Amino acid sequence: MAGPRITVVGASLAGLRTTEALKAALPQAQLTLIGDEPHAPYNRPPLSKEVMESFAGGDTDETEAFSKLLLRSKLMPEDASIRLGVGATGIESAGVRLADGSLIRSDWVIAATGIRPRRLPLPGNEDIRHVLRGFDDARALAPMLQPGVRLAVIGAGFIGCEIAATARKLGLHVTIVEPGPQPMMRALGPRVASAMATLHRRHGVTLLTGRSVEAFKPGRVFLDNGKEIEADVIVEALGSLPNTEWLAGSGAELSDGVLVDDTMRAVGASSLFAVGDIARFANPLFDDVPRRIEHWCIPGQTAKRAAQTIVAIEAGETPEPGFAPLPSFWSDQYGMRVQAFGAPALAETQTVVEGDLSQIGEAPVIVEYARDGALTGVIGLGAPPALIAKHRARLMAALTPKETA
Amino acid sequence: MKVHVNMDICLLHGQCVIAAPEIFSFDDNGDLHWVEVIDDSQVADAEAASDACPEQAIILG
Ligand SMILES: Cc1cc2nc3c(=O)[nH]c(=O)nc-3n(C[C@H](O)[C@H](O)[C@H](O)COP(=O)(O)OP(=O)(O)OC[C@H]3O[C@@H](n4cnc5c(N)ncnc54)[C@H](O)[C@@H]3O)c2cc1C
Ligand code: SF4
Repeated sequence: MAGPRITVVGASLAGLRTTEALKAALPQAQLTLIGDEPHAPYNRPPLSKEVMESFAGGDTDETEAFSKLLLRSKLMPEDASIRLGVGATGIESAGVRLADGSLIRSDWVIAATGIRPRRLPLPGNEDIRHVLRGFDDARALAPMLQPGVRLAVIGAGFIGCEIAATARKLGLHVTIVEPGPQPMMRALGPRVASAMATLHRRHGVTLLTGRSVEAFKPGRVFLDNGKEIEADVIVEALGSLPNTEWLAGSGAELSDGVLVDDTMRAVGASSLFAVGDIARFANPLFDDVPRRIEHWCIPGQTAKRAAQTIVAIEAGETPEPGFAPLPSFWSDQYGMRVQAFGAPALAETQTVVEGDLSQIGEAPVIVEYARDGALTGVIGLGAPPALIAKHRARLMAALTPKETA
Repeated sequence: MKVHVNMDICLLHGQCVIAAPEIFSFDDNGDLHWVEVIDDSQVADAEAASDACPEQAIILG
């Protein structure tokens, strides 16, 4: 008997993991994985870290660099039809329409199209302005990162800060322009963010906070306070936009990613699912507000959940209720690992429970995050794994799924 | 099934310890330890740990 036709759009971490989980649980399913990049699914985090460094330093060639990024896949060639280098342009009642005009007939569609960097809506300097999301972006940026070059990073989120740290290591002059009061402020909260600002300045970064870009002139960036900085290379790292255009007309709620219920099924489009960075869902560990989470751990967790749901529906069963994954993320800057568990961004208060923030980068620091007196997250800064594990256990004990009506 | 971690690429994220605490653990020095031979009942946990490892350092075979 032929199984359901399932089309997964977006051939990166979330799309690959969903396809694998579906193959394992529904061997008879007819699976298609569509990706607009020409590359097989690969890992993005090293792009701003060690891969950027070895790439720029000329230590590795492109093939070698890519082979280190390639995601190990459990899929056999016969398990799924994989079509790379062609994007989905629309969704119709019969299935998914591709850029080459073809239609992939589908009973279920999984959106795993992730996000793309937001660009500054300002003209000028196009030849030296870069973003970093994919391998091709890294390939274009890396050769520019040579010692002595003046780099301007616009936006001090994680990706901007990691690029800045990597560039300092490579011997560039680095200026960061950040509209907010501190780098990585939303994710880390004001106290840790301000310690991170100190760390960047100590490593020689010129960090301009509370400043935004007004205009570009050849080789120069004009700021809102009338000052200008000279730049040979510019990286725009101002956050991201979900790739949902192809889902217009699907009935799904697309105001910020794809709104899904706790089974990863799109609200308003019952044969559509969303996984990974693009999925907006409520996590009962914290509250009932749906949010997108741009962390590496989420694709794997949501992929399994979506696959479980489809398996249950195909078997005529109701998917098991309750989905409450513990979010986690990490970042590496100046050889220091930032490791977070839970949702520090939701907290109102931050308490240093081990170490001292003035020693950031030199000695381990652990910070607990709380809202209404209850723990929401914990962050370790340069902390050894065993120490973080202890505090993560404390957080897990405090986080119990909340009953929502 | 055999479990191996390539310590040349492991960056001690500890995601494996979360996904499969019966197989992976840190000692007090922060060194990673793992059960080298697991039985069938633990294979799913080991695969979950391998998927959760951001460095793809865990080799199952
Ligand atoms: C430079 C960088 C560093 C990072 N560092 C960390 C880190 O240290 N820690 C951490 O926790 N997370 C990190 N992340 C985040 C992590 O990589 C993401 O959370 C993860 O990649 C999300 O996976 P995804 O599959 O949901 O989306 P993506 O990886 O964005 O994949 C989406 C795919 O869909 C494709 N696509 C888009 N539109 C279409 C279409 N219409 N048709 C077909 N295909 C389409 C895209 O081209 C892409 O290949 C980093 C990300 C970047 C870019
Ligand atoms: S998850 Fe991977 S990198 Fe992290 S400790 Fe385990 S094996 Fe090492």
